[in-house]
Amino acid sequence: MGMERRGAGIRIEGLRKVYPTTGTPTIAIDQIDLAIEPGQFICIVGPSGCGKSTLLRILAGLEIQTSGSLHSDSQGWAVQNAMVFQESGLFPWMNVETNVGFGLMTRGVDKAEIAVRVEEALKLVGLTRFSKHYPHQLSGGMRQRGAIARAFVTDPGMLLMDEPFAALDAQNRAILQGELVRIWEASGKTVVYITHSIDEALMLGDKTVIMTAHPGRIKQIIDVPFPRPRDVIALSGSAEFAALKVDIWRVLEDEVMRAREELNL
Amino acid sequence: MSLDVEKLKAKGLYFLSPIGLLILWQVLIMAGLGDRRFIPAPTDIVASFIDITRTGELKDHVSATLWRVFAGFFLGTIPAICIGLMMAMFRPVRIFFDPLIGMLFPIPKIALMPLLALAFGFGDASKIALVAIGVFFPVVVNTYAGAANIEKIYWDVAKNYGASSWIVFSRIVLFGSLPMIFAGLRIGIAVAFIVLIAAEFVATKLGIGFLIWNSWNLLQVDMMFAGIVTIGLLGLVFSLIIDGIERLCIPWKAR
Repeated sequence: MGMERRGAGIRIEGLRKVYPTTGTPTIAIDQIDLAIEPGQFICIVGPSGCGKSTLLRILAGLEIQTSGSLHSDSQGWAVQNAMVFQESGLFPWMNVETNVGFGLMTRGVDKAEIAVRVEEALKLVGLTRFSKHYPHQLSGGMRQRGAIARAFVTDPGMLLMDEPFAALDAQNRAILQGELVRIWEASGKTVVYITHSIDEALMLGDKTVIMTAHPGRIKQIIDVPFPRPRDVIALSGSAEFAALKVDIWRVLEDEVMRAREELNL
Repeated sequence: MSLDVEKLKAKGLYFLSPIGLLILWQVLIMAGLGDRRFIPAPTDIVASFIDITRTGELKDHVSATLWRVFAGFFLGTIPAICIGLMMAMFRPVRIFFDPLIGMLFPIPKIALMPLLALAFGFGDASKIALVAIGVFFPVVVNTYAGAANIEKIYWDVAKNYGASSWIVFSRIVLFGSLPMIFAGLRIGIAVAFIVLIAAEFVATKLGIGFLIWNSWNLLQVDMMFAGIVTIGLLGLVFSLIIDGIERLCIPWKAR
């Protein structure tokens, strides 16, 4: 996980996903064009139901787009992408250690190497003492640390995160955001991070992609200029942060209102 | 310390209902309610229970019944678990077995006894076959339900990390369905006793079912009750055994 080995670059062109629902088909996402540089941390924000999760699932290979193309130079990595889900998705029947090693086991990495890499990953997220625990014995925040370790340990070309901290309480979320920034800054991985929180997007990312509702299109891409390494807590209290947050909220506001109106119909 | 008191209270409550029932029964009979020749008091049942235990008669009946339950249970359970898991993993398997199970599950399995006697004779084989068939259905249905209801996120995680079908089966489907498999086994063991005792009423000269039916014919009601109590005790023992195995197999379950 050294700086020399950065993440993969991704180029998305004209991506579109249509679900064949009864009556009129639902267009989940449409006309998505996005270039992500190797090692960039991209946050995607948008109103609920704007198809941001669909976009991520297509990137993860869990769904196939209706049209459009995806190019990624992640072929150079043994694991092209690893996803962190909203709920941790740790298997309840495996202890933390086995869960974290899952992505290595599926690729047939030998046991001794798995043990070494898992130990390193657990140390990174502060779960060493809990390696033999089952997920139900852990708090929500600890489970999410486990999920992050499981993704990082595979040394993937890109990390895909679908609102990983949404279910946590505010204190735990702040702590984990700080840790994620620290781990990511040391790893140089390409990250695509879905969130509905502007704060989170600004604290974590290099770029914020704002999406429209129904169908999900890219409305605007905003550079997040804050220097690295970041202290997320200090950053979130700064005047520049507040100003940028207002800018983004202005862009997002129309979309959120429009999404709400559609729901009220 | 207070935890021990709590535990003791729970234990007391656990035994309160059966012991209370027995005391009430004894008191009512001794008060002259009911004809003691037809409704024996608990003490009469215990006496005849001790009696047939001493003569070894009970042991022969119990071991005949137990052998049939064990053999039938394993013969029914193993294919049921395999087929249930396969149904969840592979759509064609599910489509193939669905109508069969839907059609055969509701048939009272005891109705098959004459057919099985014709096929396997009046020995143990026909009863073992009956138990196996009886056990098969609840276990296959529960196993399938358990495997099919594994949360979608676990399939997503497996797919995202490139797990092979074998890994999906052996690390996810199998473990994910274990709680429901055990629920199926519990029902299965009860069904095993239900169909077997009924079969033993008619088609054999050995087994707890025979003991009960024969005692009834001879109007040895206390003996009949001794047989019924034996089944209850065996049921309790089996459920404790399954509990123990479940604890070993599902260490991740919060208790």
